[in-house]
Amino acid sequence: MSAPLLSATAISRTYAGSGRRVVALDGASITVARGETLGLVGPSGSGKSTLARILLRLVEPDAGRIDFDGVDLLSLRGEKLRTMRRRIQMVFQEPLAAFNSRATVGSALADPLRIHGIVSQSERPAAIAHLLERVGLDPALASRAIHEISGGQRQRVAIARAIATKPDLIVLDEAVSALDVSVRGKILELLVGLQREHGIAYIFVSHDLAVVRAISHHIAIMEAGRIVEHGRAHDVVADPQSATGRALVAAVPRLVLT
Amino acid sequence: MSRTFARLSGLTVAYRAEGTSSTALEAVDLDIVAGERLAIIGESGSGKSTLALALAGLLPGDAHVTGRIAWPAYGHAPLPGRDYGFVFQDAGASLNPVLPVGEQIAEVAQRHLGMAWREAYGRARDLLARVRIPHPEAALRAYPHQLSGGQRQRVGIASAIAAQPRLLIADEPTSALDMVVQAEIVALLGELVREDGMTLLFITHDIALASGFADRIAVFRNGRLVEAGPAIEVLSHPKDAYTASLITDHIDLSTPPLIAGDTA
Repeated sequence: MSAPLLSATAISRTYAGSGRRVVALDGASITVARGETLGLVGPSGSGKSTLARILLRLVEPDAGRIDFDGVDLLSLRGEKLRTMRRRIQMVFQEPLAAFNSRATVGSALADPLRIHGIVSQSERPAAIAHLLERVGLDPALASRAIHEISGGQRQRVAIARAIATKPDLIVLDEAVSALDVSVRGKILELLVGLQREHGIAYIFVSHDLAVVRAISHHIAIMEAGRIVEHGRAHDVVADPQSATGRALVAAVPRLVLT
Repeated sequence: MSRTFARLSGLTVAYRAEGTSSTALEAVDLDIVAGERLAIIGESGSGKSTLALALAGLLPGDAHVTGRIAWPAYGHAPLPGRDYGFVFQDAGASLNPVLPVGEQIAEVAQRHLGMAWREAYGRARDLLARVRIPHPEAALRAYPHQLSGGQRQRVGIASAIAAQPRLLIADEPTSALDMVVQAEIVALLGELVREDGMTLLFITHDIALASGFADRIAVFRNGRLVEAGPAIEVLSHPKDAYTASLITDHIDLSTPPLIAGDTA
């Protein structure tokens, strides 16, 4: 058994506001294997988005440790943190909010290529066209504004931006929750295809256990800031050990055909 | 024999903005049967929310409507609150943020049932208990922001049924909620409708959610009614390829995983 790509250990985080303390994370631990998907699922307020943001170093934990490919992630500062950011990318639920909506698709993809020095300026247009093709979009879309394209296309651009830096890990926070089902399936297939091709690991955060099940190798279930269950996707769904796991399994709407 | 509660004939709704007009609903013919649970299914841009607003008489001023909606059940256009209750997706936005929830519910009962305030306030407490808000006595005095999203939706439902309307229109009432809360809210709506003999119009993008409790299903796409019929028939023998694709694209726990090597 090789070492995991990422292991987060005993992560805690408390938010203080208007005289009361809210414990968002209470000693949460997860591991993610190389090239595999960990589904992170739980009810509203269970802390899954806070944990995702901590792994991205967008939020600092009060306590805990994160090892990423042998590096103590929480100790990184300045240039070393910037260099690490190219290896851990993100895709959020609402791509319109994640982009400058008046920017063009091309400039949104040029940013990571430029910031992380992936390709030289002269090679950028070709690299952008290649990225768009890899996520199933017409390279001609590069000149369009972000607000002009459909929600599904926008989420593909967000994925293209995330893979631009050739990351080892992409954190996806409710990345398909706002999409129509007809679009959702194609985006999930795209993610699985990119993973197979490039060995990218995903942390797939969602409240929808069925979608998580469809693309995850392992599943971690959260409740009140804790990981209450962490196991192989098949096992967690077939035989949930926690009360939250059982409630989530029971809550998935089933298509009743009879 | 089933009685027609409302009848939509050639209903067309267009929105005009900046000189251009876009059609949100086109020539929709649909009967709503008294006492049924009718699910309106559609993806974004299908016109399903426009349909709900048209039935409720809540279309914005720039909407241009042709065709008609007849209300044999009432003999007149229904009055909001009294004749129908409306449950919105975002209960937080539909409630008054600076009024305790008990007063908001009591107001509906007072206005439409002609109750004295004291009686209406007592009804609000009973309704909060009925929608299973914990500690209804204390919840009467709570402001919407002090409640969770699921609790706010329960308050929204209590307020919608406070005047004992015969029709409940729920427009994506659970899509802002997590799945465990969604299951609870759907069960609650089904129970209330059954107990009170209300007609329910349930608008959702989730065909599986609808399949669990709808008597009939109407599928919309790009402003047009694709097909309508008894839920079992539409789901097991969809006439239209689009309905079939919605069923195929649905993901639940029996859907084979997309990743390889995870069958054991």
